[in-house]
Order: sequence, then C-alpha cells, then structure tokens
Amino acid sequence: MAMAVTVAHSTLFSKTSSLFPQPNGYKCLPFSSSSSSSSMASSLPMKKTWTRHVVSALELDGLKTAINVSVKEEKAAFDSKAANSLVKQLRANFAAGKTRSYDWRMGQLRGILKILDNHESEIVAALRSDLSKPVHEAFINEIINLKKSCKLAIKKLKEWMTPEKVPISLALKGSAEIVPEPLGVVLIISTWNFPLLLSLDPVVGAVAAGNSVVLKPSELAPVTSSLLAKLVSQYLDRSCVRVVEGAVPETTALLEQKWDKIFYTGSGRIGRTVMAAAAKHLTPVVLELGGKCPVVVDPDADIKVTARRIAIGKWGCNNGQACIAPDYIITTKDFAPKLVDTFREVLQQIFGRSPLNSKDLSRIVNSNHFDRLTKLMDEDKVSGKIVHGGERDKTKLKIAPTIFLDVPHDSLIMNEEIFGPLLPIITVDKVEDSFDLINSSGRKPLAAYLFTSNEELKKQFVASVSSGGQLVNDTVLHVAVQELPFGGVGESGMGSYHGKFSFDAFSHKKPVLSRSTDDDLDFRYPPYTDAQWKLLKALVGGDRLEILGAFASMDLSTIKRVFRPSR
Amino acid sequence: MIEEKESEILQALYKDLSKPKLEAFISEVHAVKSASNLALKELKSWMKPEKVKTNMSTYPSSAEILPEPLGVVLVISAWNYPFLLSLDPVVGAIAAGNAVVLKPSEISPATSSTIARLLAEYLDNSTIRVIEGAVPETTALLEQKWDKIFFTGGGRVGRIVMSAAARHLTPVTLELGGKNPVVVDSNVDVEVAARRIVAGKWAANCGQICIGADYIITTKKFAPKLIDVLRNKIEEFFGKDPTESSDQSRIVNSFHFRRLANLLDEVSDKIVVGGQRDESRLKIAPTILLDVPENAQIMQEEIFGPLLPIITVENLEECFGIIEAKPKPLSAYLFTNDQRLKKKFVQNVSAGGIAINDTILQVAQPNLPFGGVGESGMGCYHGKFSFDAFTHRKPVLYRIFARDSSVRYPPYTPKKEKIMRALLSGNLLRIILTLLGWSRD
Repeated sequence: MAMAVTVAHSTLFSKTSSLFPQPNGYKCLPFSSSSSSSSMASSLPMKKTWTRHVVSALELDGLKTAINVSVKEEKAAFDSKAANSLVKQLRANFAAGKTRSYDWRMGQLRGILKILDNHESEIVAALRSDLSKPVHEAFINEIINLKKSCKLAIKKLKEWMTPEKVPISLALKGSAEIVPEPLGVVLIISTWNFPLLLSLDPVVGAVAAGNSVVLKPSELAPVTSSLLAKLVSQYLDRSCVRVVEGAVPETTALLEQKWDKIFYTGSGRIGRTVMAAAAKHLTPVVLELGGKCPVVVDPDADIKVTARRIAIGKWGCNNGQACIAPDYIITTKDFAPKLVDTFREVLQQIFGRSPLNSKDLSRIVNSNHFDRLTKLMDEDKVSGKIVHGGERDKTKLKIAPTIFLDVPHDSLIMNEEIFGPLLPIITVDKVEDSFDLINSSGRKPLAAYLFTSNEELKKQFVASVSSGGQLVNDTVLHVAVQELPFGGVGESGMGSYHGKFSFDAFSHKKPVLSRSTDDDLDFRYPPYTDAQWKLLKALVGGDRLEILGAFASMDLSTIKRVFRPSR
Repeated sequence: MIEEKESEILQALYKDLSKPKLEAFISEVHAVKSASNLALKELKSWMKPEKVKTNMSTYPSSAEILPEPLGVVLVISAWNYPFLLSLDPVVGAIAAGNAVVLKPSEISPATSSTIARLLAEYLDNSTIRVIEGAVPETTALLEQKWDKIFFTGGGRVGRIVMSAAARHLTPVTLELGGKNPVVVDSNVDVEVAARRIVAGKWAANCGQICIGADYIITTKKFAPKLIDVLRNKIEEFFGKDPTESSDQSRIVNSFHFRRLANLLDEVSDKIVVGGQRDESRLKIAPTILLDVPENAQIMQEEIFGPLLPIITVENLEECFGIIEAKPKPLSAYLFTNDQRLKKKFVQNVSAGGIAINDTILQVAQPNLPFGGVGESGMGCYHGKFSFDAFTHRKPVLYRIFARDSSVRYPPYTPKKEKIMRALLSGNLLRIILTLLGWSRD
C-alpha cells in the first residue's frame, strides 16, 4: 500500500500544485497560489511506518478522488463565465420550485446525515490529513456537532416552515402572519480549520430554508475539500446543491455573481472584500469572523478546573486554530504564577512530556501560518517572556503549547488574532481592571470568557464587555448549544446561525396582511373635512368624550360617507 | 415633543410636500407617536434577557440571550415621509440604548431643520445629534466607522452605503423600494378595491411612497370596469380637477416633476384617466395608463409618483410571470376572493411584505416586520423589530466548576471515546449502559 501511495505522489507532482492531498506523516505543503512543484518535491520525506487508522483503503480512495478532481480542474478553469452560468442554472432550478417542498429539504438533510453515517472514517482521515486533527477532536468538534445540527433541523423543520400567526389591530377585521420563504440561490464560503463543520453546518440551514446552494470549501484543507465535493454530489441534489473547489480566482469569480445571500466564515480582511462584493448586488451577508477572545481569570476561581477548561478550549481545539479559542488571559499579578504552574501540570497530563510527539495535538495547517506564529513568538520583546513551552518542529509543522507572561501591549502577539498555540497572560492589579482593558482595543471579539465564583463580577462582565458570545467558567462550549445564536459583533462579524438561527439566516420572513373587501368604517379617505379631522384625532387619542363630540358635530354628508353601507 | 410641537411639524410637512394635514397627521405624526408609545410600554420587556434552555451536552449549565446596544449608529432618512422615516428608526435606536446621529434628507429642508431644532431642544444632545446637509455631509458621515447604519432611500445610494459600511464591517439595514404590483381579480367588490387602491396611491403623498401601488395587473375583460370605478373614486376624492385639490401632496421638486413628465410623455397615448399637470405648482393629476409596453421606461423604474399603468392579461395567472421577471419589490398586493389564488400568490411572490385586499396598511401593524428583500432592501423594523435592528443579541452560557468530567480531556482512549459517543448521542439508556461499564478514573 505504501508503494501505491508513493506512485500516486510522484504522478501528482506533475499535475497540480494546489490540490495535493497528504497522508499523515508527510509534511504539509506550502499553500499559496505561487507555490511551485519543485519546492514541493524537495520537501517531501518518505515515512516508512504508517499508523493504523491513517492508511486505509478509504484514504487511498480519497487520494484517487483528489487526483480525479484536480485533473478535471486543470481541464476547465472556473472563471467568471462558468460562475455566471452556474448561478443561472441554479436560479432556473430554484424558480422551477425544486427546493421549496418539505420533502426536498428533508431529503437534503437526510443526505447530509448519510454522508456522516456512511463516511465517518474517510472524513476522519481527511481531517487527519489536512490538519493532523486527532480522531477525538474530528469526531466531537466536527462530526457530532454537524450530526446534531442536522438532526435538529430534521426534527424541527415542519415547525420552522409554519407561518407564524400575528395579532393585528381589531379595527382592521383581518388576519396576519409571517411566512418564512427561501431567499433563492445562496453562496457559502467556508474555511480550513473546521473544514467539514464550517462547510456543511451552514448548508444545513440553507437547504432547510429551501434554497439552492453553492458551497466553496477552503483550499487550505484540500483533502476535505475534495471529499466534500465528491460526497455532496453523491448524496445531495446536484441540480440545486453544488460544490465549487478552488482558491482566489474561483472565489473571485463566484463573488462577482449576484447571490441572494452570502455566508462567509473567515477573516476580517476577506470579510470586507466579501461585503463589498455583495454591496454591488445588494446581497445580504452573514460574516463569521474572528478576534482576540480574552479569558479573564479571577483569583477566586477553581484553579485546576479553570486551567483544564482553558487548555482544552485552546490546545484541544485544533491547537488554538479556532475562531473562538481563548486568545489571551488577563489575571491578577499575584495569581498569574499559580495559574502558570497549574497550566504546566495540566498540559503534561493532557499532552505528556513531549507535546510535539503527542498524537492529540493538531499541527499548524501550513508553513505560512507556521512562519507567522514563530514570528509572533520570536519578536524581541516577547521571546523572553515565555514561561512554558516554545518548542517547535518545522518539518512536522508542530508548535507546542506555549505560554507567555506579561508581554508588552504593543507587541505583535497582542495586536493580531493569534490563531495558534500561543497563550499570552496579561496581568492587572485588580481583576475588575480587565474589562476596560478588553474594551480598550476597540474591537469586539467573537467570544469572551470569565472564570469566577463571584456573582457580582459575572454581572459586571456580562454588562460591560461586548462580544459575539460569552461563557462563564468554561471556554468554547457555547457553540454547542443550538438554542443560542452563534455569530460576531463589530469586527468579529454580523449575523448568526446554529439551530433555528441557521434556518432564519437563509430565510426572508415575509409579513402577509389579509383583509376582505367587505367594507367597514373606512374614514381614511379624502376629501378631508374638519369633522373627519376631529374624529380621527379623537379616535387615535382614545378620549371617549372627544370621540362622542366629534361624531356629534359631523354633518350629514360626512356621516353618509363615513358610514357607507357595504355592497 | 410631538404633543407640544405638532402644528410646527405639520406645517413643515406642508411646506416640503404640500402634505394635507390629515394625511400628515395620520401617516407621520401619529405614526411616530404610536411607535414611541409602544416602545415606552414594552421597553422593560424588550430589555430583559431571554432565558434559554440548555441540553445534556453542556450539563450542568444555564443560558440566556442578552440584548445590548451596538454603540454609535447612523440613521439616514428620506424626503417623502421625512418626519416618520427620520424618527421611527431613531425610536428603535434609542430604545436599544445607542447613541445616534440622524441625517435627514435635504430634499425636504423645512422638515429637516425642524427636526434638527426640536431634537436639540427635547433630547439628550450628548448622545443624539442631527446633521443636516446633502451629498458632501453624507459622504463625510459614511467615511466614519459606525456600529450600524440604517438607510432609507433608493437602491443606487443603498449600494453606496453598503460599500462604505463594508470597509468597517458595519452591519446595515437598507429600506429601499421597487415596483410594487397590484393584482386585481374580477371577483372582488370593485368599489372597495378601487377605494383602497386610490387611497394607497394618490392619498399617500401623491404616489411618492415606497410601498405604494406602482402598477396594476388585471384581466383584459375586467380592466375597463376597473378603470371606470377608479376614475369615479379619483373624482370623489379629489374633485374634477385634482391638481386643484388640497387633499393631495405635490411632487416634491422640479427634478422629480420632470422625471415623471418624461415617463408620461413616452407613453402619453396610453393615458386613460388624468394626465393634467402644472409645473409651476408641481402638480400632476392622478393618471392611469392602459397597456404600456413592457420596455417603456415607466415599466422599468420605480415610478414614485401619481402615474399608474395597468397591464392586462388574458388569464390572471399570467401575473406571476410578469412579477417574477422584475426585481423583488418592497410590497405586493392582491385583490381577490379566490382562496386558491391567494395561497398561490403568497407562496410564489417574493416581496418585502404582502397585503391581500388592501394596500399599504401592513406597515402600520407593529407586530409585522417592515423591510425589503433582494433589491428592495435588507433588514427590517417597526415594533420590536426596531429594537432588534439596533441590538446585538448576545448569548451567554453559565457553567460551574463542579462536576468537571475527565472524559472531556486528552489523552483520549477508546474507552473515553465510547463514553463521549454515548453522552453526545443523548440516548439515556446508552449513556447509562456505557457509564456502568466504565470505571471512574
């Protein structure tokens, strides 16, 4: 089997530079549109041993598919014309009503469930290949979350689709309801760190709401991207749900088209580009971005549990490469050393003495990000502040959990979203000072965390810190609660999804007012007389004497008009 | 402010638009008062966090959704309902706890300056401000970073607003417009239908209203009857020479007068009612046209004036194709007693909002969201939707330190995996069985 894989490798070198899948143990190839085959060839070591769940027939299958897909892509570049024709096609199918029925929507949702049930090991292998994601993480963070999302949609779809009756003013003698309807043809642009979840979870919402969908998975997780392309075309309705693979050129071509909604997960920089493109067509957007998620630790917190929960939310979540991962800690000067000691203990328990060799630690996605992170670590004013970790291995693209104490506020590491296994701890005199510190950045994060037993402090935190979402005494978990909206505010994004919010994100809630043409007292019509004026004012004022007076002073012609008999 | 300065406000509206007192009162002054009263009544409940049930996967925990203000918001208003469209969004912004900058339209200058003066007098200047001006001032405002921009106006400027907002990742509500169709079936009480159409068109700022009837679709057979009744109603409401009636607004300015005159001139042979105009007084009479060609300009842009084209079809079902060929409008109207047709209309016509057997009234209902879809806009307001438009609904999950299970943490063993799978399946029996087979570590 190892031989077959080797052969596949060398054939692929000559074909493409960007959609190359890598089995575990191989170095991840530098991912940029300018990378050349030669740099790839030189950096590829051959591993002699394979771990059991990495090389399997299924993985080989995935490789073969990726080969097929990348060969096909070479043949037909996905340009603006192709994008335009794709949207036209989907729009025609949407207009024909294909996606509207309950049955169609349920069919798509069940299709997604089947993908998860029937191809779990392929998915796990793909995630392992793209990110060295531990099986456990792949399972819990991606597969389980997605399954839950799907099952909830299946269970609730009928309810979500039902128009909501709404009370209206009695004087109208009518009825009203709010009818949810699909927006039309929607574009979902996904990202690389949770490539399965962040691709299909929005799709769940989009198809539940009855839309036609184009999904653009991230090219930085190429094995998952091509697996998604294969499975979606196999299990979902190709005439209305499509995957377009590619990088910047393909995404640009897609963004030039007119969509009825664009759902984007990624960075603020590209988020701006997406929104600007959407503005040309007045397309509404949901932008799930990121930020520096602070963790405030009160000295009164249970230190062991706190350290464990922060550790799992940071390093047990794609090794810090998660939009809601704890980015930095704020605690008191006195408490910081104790916290660092506890982290050391906890990290050893979780990842062992040599974290770079732990199979429970994801790798950094590619060398671009690896270099970015090492730059943050090596900055002069920061490198001396490491109190734990700091080990790195460029060949394996691994960086160990690393903690810094009291880095300067103007350091690079404190001014961009880290998105990696580096955790700075900032100290303050009083824990209450941390709130101002968080708000002073002027950029609202996607999540903010607080560990404390002090009820007053909790209230203060929730009242004064604005962020996408907040969690007290834990990290990251809030995204698993389907009843809570998941989204950002300010720099961390706009719009939200999960649970019913996903359905709503892809729906137009259309108000419908129904009346009959059996007339009632309609005195809103011209010609306007003083009597009418008096009457109307009195009626809206609600003063009974005034109303009576107004009626009493009406002349015959006005009375005749106002109390017009209906046919 | 409204109670004390009602006549000043009405006077300003009359100056800007020759808006009849009654119309101005009901559609603008009273509407804002209503919105404010509702907000005053409901604010406590709107501000309350909403408790949310959590499930097994985060047990033990509790959760809530907390509404919080976005920060500093910009409201850009329009000229046709200058008082309403300025203050209605401001009511929502303030109720939600934001600081507000309001930029009223320069095309309705009397109302703009009245609002500037009154808001400075009655509201908190340190957090609520009015900036008057035109393109340069609006451009300067749009360059800033806002926490939300609320814009009412046309699609062209809507795009400019959204592009400006994109630079700062500022969320927007855009209340735009469109060609709102009115489909008229022959099985209705034509007197009532006609009255409601006339009221929703010409008694509503002389057709200069974003939710007004833009064009009618009816059958060839029914059209003559409909036109007759419409003609009668117009005369009933506005007299023999409507340009002389004081119960109608005028066209806002000569730019729009000429725009409308051009639309009319292209298809002047199709006029069946009205057509009179007086440029000196900026008045155009209620005008109905029959069967203008689809490619005429009047069928290609939002009319926003007192011209009403009637398109006829053989079979009323053809209306769907006509409507769907155009961008999604802000509203769509259907007059019918045919329940099947009504159902099909609601199901197939996508518009900001729909009213059956009436026009424009749907926006006076605070329980119904008011906003567009597609070209007619994004986001909505009115009632609680106004509060929500200027709010971030922040989810908060509360956990405790106790009962921190080791199952959650690496190193991950097959045993742990089994437990996790069981726990996350939500299946109680499975959970119990798995846990029984598991010895605590």
